[in-house]
This record gives sequence, structure tokens and C-alpha cells, in this order.
Amino acid sequence: MGLRNYIDKIKPNFETGGKYARFHSTFEAFETFLYTPDKVTTSGSHIRDTVDMKRNLITVVIALIPCFLFGTWNIGYQHFLSYGESVTFWHTFGYGLLKIIPLYLVSYIVGLTIEFVFAEIRHEDVNEGYFVTGFLIPLIMPVEVPLWMLALAVAFAVIIGKEVFGGSGMNVVNPALLARAFLFFSYPSKMTGDSVWIADKADAYTGATPLGTILNGGGVNELPSLTDMFVGTIPGSIGETSKIAILIGGIILIINGLASCRIVVSTFLGAISMALVFNVPICQHLLMGGFMFGTFFMATDPVTAAQTNPGKWIYGFLIGAIVMLIRVANPGYPEGMMLSILLMNIFAPLIDWCVVALNIRRRKKRWAAAERRSK
Amino acid sequence: MDKIKIKKGLDIHLEGTPSNEMECFEPTLCAIKPLDFIGISPKMHVIEGDEVQIGSALFHDKNNERILFTSPVSGKVKAIVRGEKRAILRVVIENDFKNESIDFGAANPNTLSRNELIDKMLRSGVWPMLRQRPFATIANPNDAPKHIFVSMFDTAPLAIDNDYIIENQFDAIKTGLQVLSRFTDGKVYMGIRHNSLICKELSNQVGNDDIIAVEFDGKHPAGNIGTQINAISPINKGEVVWYCYPCDVMTIGKLFLTGKYDSTRIIATSGSAIRNPHYYTTKIGADISPILNVDENSRIISGNVLTGSNITDDRFLGYHDSQVTVIPEGDKYKLFGWIRPVFKRFTDTNTHGDTRPYIMTGKFEKVFPFDIYPMQLIKACLIKDIDQMEELGIYEIDAEDFALCEVIDPSKTPIQQIIREGLEFIRKETN
Repeated sequence: MGLRNYIDKIKPNFETGGKYARFHSTFEAFETFLYTPDKVTTSGSHIRDTVDMKRNLITVVIALIPCFLFGTWNIGYQHFLSYGESVTFWHTFGYGLLKIIPLYLVSYIVGLTIEFVFAEIRHEDVNEGYFVTGFLIPLIMPVEVPLWMLALAVAFAVIIGKEVFGGSGMNVVNPALLARAFLFFSYPSKMTGDSVWIADKADAYTGATPLGTILNGGGVNELPSLTDMFVGTIPGSIGETSKIAILIGGIILIINGLASCRIVVSTFLGAISMALVFNVPICQHLLMGGFMFGTFFMATDPVTAAQTNPGKWIYGFLIGAIVMLIRVANPGYPEGMMLSILLMNIFAPLIDWCVVALNIRRRKKRWAAAERRSK
Repeated sequence: MDKIKIKKGLDIHLEGTPSNEMECFEPTLCAIKPLDFIGISPKMHVIEGDEVQIGSALFHDKNNERILFTSPVSGKVKAIVRGEKRAILRVVIENDFKNESIDFGAANPNTLSRNELIDKMLRSGVWPMLRQRPFATIANPNDAPKHIFVSMFDTAPLAIDNDYIIENQFDAIKTGLQVLSRFTDGKVYMGIRHNSLICKELSNQVGNDDIIAVEFDGKHPAGNIGTQINAISPINKGEVVWYCYPCDVMTIGKLFLTGKYDSTRIIATSGSAIRNPHYYTTKIGADISPILNVDENSRIISGNVLTGSNITDDRFLGYHDSQVTVIPEGDKYKLFGWIRPVFKRFTDTNTHGDTRPYIMTGKFEKVFPFDIYPMQLIKACLIKDIDQMEELGIYEIDAEDFALCEVIDPSKTPIQQIIREGLEFIRKETN
């Protein structure tokens, strides 16, 4: 094969002692993107599963595509709706694409550049983790986010959120959510309110998200219908509005074992229990804001979630409960999902520590019993 | 009879199941490889050119001079092959096909004392078949094990059907089990497959208060000794159990029935890269190259694909193995291999990806039937923290118990090696 021969020909340049040895990680990343390596097992088991990190992460990206497609269309739909215009499907979708592509370009160019630089400095392989993070970040932003702010947020999330801890797999909090939190607290006027959720909104149009309506004292009857909130034809962060798209992606994740159904189920349970406690409309709350998107795509991030199976139940339940607590009891922030997940990311290691400590205690009790018997 | 259902695990289906056809293969060369035994350092008794009989000592372990390793065939010491730092890789014996054996004396095990039984096994070279947990080293004859475990069936991919051996060597196995029951104040536990009639028959005949059969049902690793020990009586800190397999019990039994070291080993060839895979009767450590009609560029494994050793270069059967698996090497590039649809999960030796940090969680737990947190234990082994390793249950497992985790690990890390190094670290630090 021509391409393979060409790669084999230029490969020595990038190995130790070669002309471009400094770019070894970059070369390796592109080579393994094109071809899975010819590496064979050398120790332990002689066979390995066909699933690797690349395949796992590309599956997450595939699961996000329904949200991406609907979100793109919804950008156009909300825009033309605010002007009361009705245009063709492709016109609507095309408008959305023009808005979303710059966000993706910024997210990937900034994020991947930092990843490649860090990989070269560390002489490590480039990790694929950013493909998912970079795909998620635009989906959880308001469409009107300025590109320079997005670039800043991405840089902050990748460097402070991930690389300082050692890169993919070592981070404490979810980098995509950290990017959002960074902007949320640094530039609140660009991240909340009624004007940021619709691209080039007509001034007269309200443009409030359902959560915004509630925060400003609106009643349940002022919300969009449950059908609209489920289908997603409402203002909101780009990827979070359509619950149908989220469920399709969520099912893909769960079938492939990439999202823990323990976390998903317990997050729902936590939210429902707390909604019952506060006596707020349950269906509306589950469909509003980023709850569903966060549950399926953020809370289930294996690196930042609890790692033990019992821990996952506790972790998810608390996320659900705290979302409702923030939404209902806090007057300042309309949305609780981001803060709730970030908070539980911090507590996940503690939950795991307790679960493992119980296992250790059980074992030590057994040791003690055995010692008593032998005496 | 107790019945235990193993709920977690994974049956790996590979092509090349051995057919029931049985052939006799008398090897021209046999080799004993010191590296098949964990933690021994060999001291030679023979030099190249020496004449040996079946049961003649080839070398002993410097750490315990009573543990002898003896010749599986009669003939001449052809070579003592050394590797790096002059470590002995293998002692090769050329078979003269005369089958002359040293007579260690037939005896009814019930008439001998425990020490006499042990002594006979040590002198004949049968002893190294008995191994201990933790650490999977050769059993120390001075220990008093809590229990002795024998797994009567194998659930590994393409594994040999042990029922065949048990049926054909019924008396030897019965005698062997009786010998084992003399070594412990605890029990001898036989882990048997839930639907094995011959094992139930065996249990009816030898079962008593000391020899207890426990039925197991479930996917691999239900047949692994580690799984069975954990389900029956997990090892506590400071405890030692011994274990072996039906082929070993048979050899022990025959030693007492005939007085001779019978190095016969029933093996199966298997795998997609070997033509006409079937059963053979051969010898321990046999040079199997004459019976391997294999494809180009394939890997020859002594043992199963999960825990076996690569013998593509030397082709001598491992001491403990009763299976040879041959699968294609996977040293090929695949265009966009990481996104191509997959129709067969397990075919060749390709790693299907590069090593990455641990990212996914909850995957190991699905194939790991122990009350242990696998990821946490792996990490404790990586940082060599003995306290943590002990607390997380290192004594209850061995590297082979992590084989399935290693196979499904999307981060492609060498988990068995990590666990083995953790165990060896503790063994050396605490000795």
C-alpha cells in the first residue's frame, strides 16, 4: 500500500536520533490515527480485546452526534423563530452550521495544540481524551459565547484541569465542565441571562431558557410544553436541549459500557427524591436545562466519577439531589447541574476511599477470626 | 455436595478446538526449564553427556536442597542451555526410548507416615507439581497447609477436557487424592464441573470428611484454582494453601501404585493456526516440534492463550502445561483499525492499540469474580506499597487471576506482569 510505504519511509526521521525526533509524539499520533500499530503481545495474555482507548472515545463522539446535529439545527430554528421567519430545513441547518463551526475550530485548535505540546515535552504518546472533551465543550456553551472567551476557557481547562495533574486519566474534575465553570464565574454576563442563548436574537423576543423563567419567578404554566422541552425546540446550551438526541446517545454509551448505568439511574433517583422533598414538578425539572445532558455525558465520565460500583450509586444519587437543591434553594444560579457534578467530582475519591475501606475492614475481620481459630 | 455459581467472567471462544482423536507421541528430546518454577535457583547434579534414567535428579533448588527436579525420560543429558548472566534456561535430555526408571518402591500410602510420603515425592521429583498460594511457588515440604485444592476442570480457552484423564486414570487419581489428604489438617477440596459425571463418581468413591468435592458452574475463570479457593475459603494473611491439577494427582498416584515416576502427560494441541488439533499422550517437557503442523508466522504457546508461555523459539512443553495453543501473530498494520467494525473479538496476537493511562472503570469488575477491587490492587502493586497490597487482598490472588482483566483492558497495560512483580516484591521483602 502506497501510504503505508510512505509512512515507513519517513518514520526513521521521527525516531530517536532522527531529524525531527522532537516531533515524535505528533508523528506517532498521526500514524496511529491512520493505522492501528503492528504491535503484538509480549507479556501475560497472548490475545487482547479489539477495544482500545481510541475506539472507546470515538464511540463517545458518535454518541454525541445526535446532540450535535439537533443543536446545530436548533441554533437556526431559534434564530429565525425570534424574527418570526419561517425558512427551509436546510436554510435553518446551514445557519446553525455557520455558527457552530467556528466554535469547534477554536475548541479543537486550541485544545489539541496544548495536548500535542505537552505530549512532546513529556515524550509521551498523545492521548485521545481531548477528542471527546473538545467535542463536548461547544455543546455546553451558549451559542453567543465570544470565540476569544472560548479559547481562554479551553486553554484553562486543558492546562489547569488536566495537564497539571498528568494528563488524561489523572484529572480530578471534568475538563469540559471546568471550561464552562471558568466562563460562568469569570464572565457571568456572557453565560447567563436571556440574550446569550439565541444567535443574533431579535431584541423584542424574550429568549429565556425554562430555568431562567423559573429563576425570575415564573410559574410552571409559563414554561414551554413538556413536548417542546423533550424534543428540544427551546433555547439553551447548544447540545442540551433535545432529550431525544441525548437519550439516543445515552443508549449508545450504555450499550457499549462507556457510561455506567449505575450512575445514570442513581442520578435520576437522586433528582426525583429531592424534587419530591421540595414538592416541585418532577417532569419539568428532569427535562429542563442540562440535567439529562449532564447525567449521560458528564456525570458518567469514568475518570472523574466514583470508580467503585457501590461508590457510583452514592455519587450519582448525590449529583441528582444537589442539582435540585441548587435549582430550588439557591436564588443566584439558574442551573445546578454543572456545579453539582463538579462538586461531586471533588468528592468522588472520598466516596471510593470509604467503599474500599469497608472492603479492607471486612478482610481484616476475616484475618482476625482466622487467627483466633488457629490459637 | 456444595454447589457454587460463579457469576462473573468471560468465556473466550477461539477457533481450533481439539478433536477427541488420541495419538501417542514419544519425544526424542525433553527439557526441564527452571523458569517454569517461580523463585527457584537451580544447582546442577548432572553435566552434559551424563546418562540418566527416568527419575534421575537433574538439579535441585538452592533454597531447599530437598526439592529435586528429575528426568522425565531415560537417555543422555544433551545440553544445558544458559541465557543471560548464565542463568539456566533448560536442561535437555535425549531420549534413548528404553524407558529405564529408578524404582522408588510401590507402597500403600496409608501404611506410610506423612514424612515418608513427602520424602518419596521429593526423591522422585514429583514434588514440584505441588504449588502453594500465595506466590504460586513450589510447596514448601516443611509447611502445614490450611487446605489443599485441586481444580478438576479447566475453563480456559480451548482447554483440555480433564474428564478424559480422570476416566482413564481413575485409580491413580484416587490414590493421589488420598496421598494429598495426608499433608493437611484441613481438607482436600476438589473443584468439579457441575455436570461432570465422572467427577461425581470419583467424589462418591473417595469423598469423605477429608476429601470434599465442590461443584462449580459458570464462565471462565470458574475452573481457575484461585477462583475456587476464594469461593471455598479465601486465604488470610499468614496462611498457606497448596494446589495442583488432575494430571499432577495422577502422577502422584502412580508413584505410589508403581513405585516409578511416570512423566506421561496428556496434552491437546489447539488453535486456529495448527492443522488437525487433537490429543496426544506424551512426556513432561517434550519437544513438540514434530507434531506441530503450523502456519507461517504463528505463535506457539505452551498452555492457554491467557497465561501460557511463548515457546515459538524453543518448542519444549512447559512443566505444568497440558495444552499447546497456536494462533496467528498479529504484526500487521490496519488502516483506520480503531474505527473499523469488528466481527471477531479474538483472533491473533495484535494488541489492538497502544498503552494508555487507566481511564475506563467498572470493566474489570465484570470479569473478576473476587471480593477485591482490581483496579485499586493493580495500582497498589504499581507503587509497591506492601501494606496497601495486603489490605486489598494480594494474598488471595495470583497473576493468572488477572488474565481476563488484562485481555479486556482498553488501556493495554501488562496487568499480569504488574501483579507478578507486586507478589515477587512482597515475597522477597518478607523472606
